[in-house]
Amino acid sequence: MPACPLAIDDRLFERDADGRPTLLAGRDRETGRLVFPPPGDTDRFEIVPLPRDGRLWSWTVQRFRPKSPPYAGPDAFEPYAVGYVALGDAIIVEGRLTGAPLDGYRIDMPMTLVGERFVMADGEARTTFAFAPSGGVQ
Amino acid sequence: MSDVFIIGVGIHPFGRTPGRSGLQQGVYAVRQALAGAGLDWRDMQFAYGGSDSAGKADTMVSELGLTGIQFINVANGCATGGSAMFGAYATIKSGEFDLGIAVGFDKHPRGAFDPKPAEWGLPEWYGETGLMLTTQFFAMKIQRYMATYGITTPTLAGVAEKAFANGVLADHAWRRDPVDVETILNSTMVSDPLTKFMFCSPAEGAVALIFASEKRARELGLPAVRLRAAAIRSRPLGSFEVFSPALEIERGVSPTVLASNAAYDMAGVSPADIDVAQLQDTESGAEIMHMAENGFCADGDQEEWIAEGRTRIGGRLPVNTDGGCLACGEPIGASGLRQVYENYMQLTGQAGARQVPGDPRLGYSHVYGAPGVSAIAIVER
Repeated sequence: MPACPLAIDDRLFERDADGRPTLLAGRDRETGRLVFPPPGDTDRFEIVPLPRDGRLWSWTVQRFRPKSPPYAGPDAFEPYAVGYVALGDAIIVEGRLTGAPLDGYRIDMPMTLVGERFVMADGEARTTFAFAPSGGVQ
Repeated sequence: MSDVFIIGVGIHPFGRTPGRSGLQQGVYAVRQALAGAGLDWRDMQFAYGGSDSAGKADTMVSELGLTGIQFINVANGCATGGSAMFGAYATIKSGEFDLGIAVGFDKHPRGAFDPKPAEWGLPEWYGETGLMLTTQFFAMKIQRYMATYGITTPTLAGVAEKAFANGVLADHAWRRDPVDVETILNSTMVSDPLTKFMFCSPAEGAVALIFASEKRARELGLPAVRLRAAAIRSRPLGSFEVFSPALEIERGVSPTVLASNAAYDMAGVSPADIDVAQLQDTESGAEIMHMAENGFCADGDQEEWIAEGRTRIGGRLPVNTDGGCLACGEPIGASGLRQVYENYMQLTGQAGARQVPGDPRLGYSHVYGAPGVSAIAIVER
């Protein structure tokens, strides 16, 4: 990825020196339950990092352009895959999938969190998160 | 406490009706229900009504008559119709009134729904990056279910084929042409594994149901069904719902399972007693999963059920006898009441070409929607 664009939301993940993201969740200080994305109430929820690796829990492909708003991508549309990834035994997180052909995803395949460049309708880029097959495309 | 009866029904054809507002379609359904029962708007002691995006139901008094009626607007998303019906049920059962009406209507623009993240308590990035689509949720729920329980793609197509075949026979349906399995399988992929013909579309339509106490129903002597159960439940921890950025690792049951169990308890019947069922079929996978969530078969048995045609009219348990949402489209405020309308027609023997044979006695209806709400009604002839 070229120089990391601004995060799409600055409470969503943190990035290390190499730009690799780690998702943040809120852990209920009383019950221990994890909530993603992290709620704003930091008295009740402690901000904790989530595991970066997991297994694909389910997936599909978004084949038509979503309506704007809320979708903020450009008018020119390329289908993209989305999925849920079970991160260790912590939580199952939904995100875009990347790094494999659209028909290249299978339930239970190992996945890793990556930063993903997202171009907005006005041409400006943001960084969001996505999941890619661990160790590249098999 | 009185038992509650449905003694009259009205429907505005589903689909698209340019030049007629959602509210006007609601008025049309009310007038049809009243005319069919030989009643006047002045006879109605109360009304519950609602739409998701077509206006305020109580404004229809300016067309129906300024009788001073107690009219309560209901706004409960996909359970708007079910909630209006629950209001009518509780009102009669309590003895407060003995004759009233519930009406649901809607008119949505073409294409998928376009929800606003903030209205659902979600951050903007969720919508901006293209994750906030109901179609994705349904696709991922059935994708996981297929992998877990061995459901195949031809079974998805079989459900859609049956829906369009039934829609041909229903005057109020939107899609009135049969579609064969090959066409369904080869149509445009929308969200894998679901093709265009496996999804319902937002649409228009209206339904009105007239409710009466047992005493009043007996006096009127109209074709009637007894409302044995009406239950609405929201999502429990661990359920998988539309617009969920994350899910619990510990998986739980759906709101449908909660509402279904409550309804069977209220009615004192079991799934095996049901003669005809209308199940939420936002897409064909939803009907398959809802067969199990409502207790009609074990997870995975749907392969056999669909292959053997057990859910067709004339099968062991006919499901979505008017073509369901797939053939009728989904006007949110009217959809749940359409299911009850269809069960009323079936149980009173007025369903014409789509009549379920063998004098069905118990009808079951199930509506499900965002953000995780299910409404069940069980009616008995």
